[in-house]
Amino acid sequence: MEHASFIFGSWGITAVSVGAYAIWVLRRGRELAKHATREEMPWT
Amino acid sequence: MAGQSGTGTSATRRLGILVILMLATLALCGLWFSAEDVVQGSTVRIMYIHVPSIWTAYIAFGLTALCSGVYLSGKNRSLSWDRVAGAAGEIGVLFVAVSLVTGSMWGRLTWGTYWVWDARLTSTAFLFITYVGYLAVRQLGGTHRQRARRSSVLALLAILEIPLVHFSVTLWRSLHQEASVANPNAKVELDGLMLFSLFLGLVAFTMLFVWLVLHRQRAMMLEDAFSDRGLDVAITARRNEAGA
Repeated sequence: MEHASFIFGSWGITAVSVGAYAIWVLRRGRELAKHATREEMPWT
Repeated sequence: MAGQSGTGTSATRRLGILVILMLATLALCGLWFSAEDVVQGSTVRIMYIHVPSIWTAYIAFGLTALCSGVYLSGKNRSLSWDRVAGAAGEIGVLFVAVSLVTGSMWGRLTWGTYWVWDARLTSTAFLFITYVGYLAVRQLGGTHRQRARRSSVLALLAILEIPLVHFSVTLWRSLHQEASVANPNAKVELDGLMLFSLFLGLVAFTMLFVWLVLHRQRAMMLEDAFSDRGLDVAITARRNEAGA
């Protein structure tokens, strides 16, 4: 594939940045939920 | 304490799995199975993430403005509106950044440069900076209500930039191409799998956005609850001190 480094690079940057944010959001939620009461988590 | 279930539910878990499957299919179609473009060649493969990224950012900022408008309208002053607005704004900033980076990589291959001070690129960079400012304003001190009021006003002003960004290619002479696939007047013939990849990207990124908003606004709800709890503890301590 021509320009493979740019194409895979752009896909890689997207995957890493969005993936890192998603993991951060999940970990942040889990960390906060450890100290939360049931009343503070109406979705449970 | 509620335990370690986090911000997920069975519905978000199912949605998350669906999003992963759709993104994996997008990668296969966009990077391998779809044909190269007759004009752009292999660089068209960057479009399958570049276009969905800015699409998601538009949706995110639209939701930020909508929730901010509902909050300010006074019909429903629930802070949930503000938290959804904040979560969507944060995710929108991420996707604008992705769009700018992937766009500049595509520009390097197509135009020979990573960046030009073109109307579309400049207005998109300005949009990014505006919403970084929106997130900064959310971090200023004060009560949750003060945060909600000031950030809602800013969100309603910032959304005015979206039409400016979108129509910048027609309002000014621009290096960036005009709308092609979505433009009924543009006679663009797209291979079936190329169109499918583009459409799949839009749907997958939109669903990813929904998943992220659900988790992030719940985490924000907990942050607000802990902040209130801390405030309650401080007030009780001051009352005890005063009474002692």
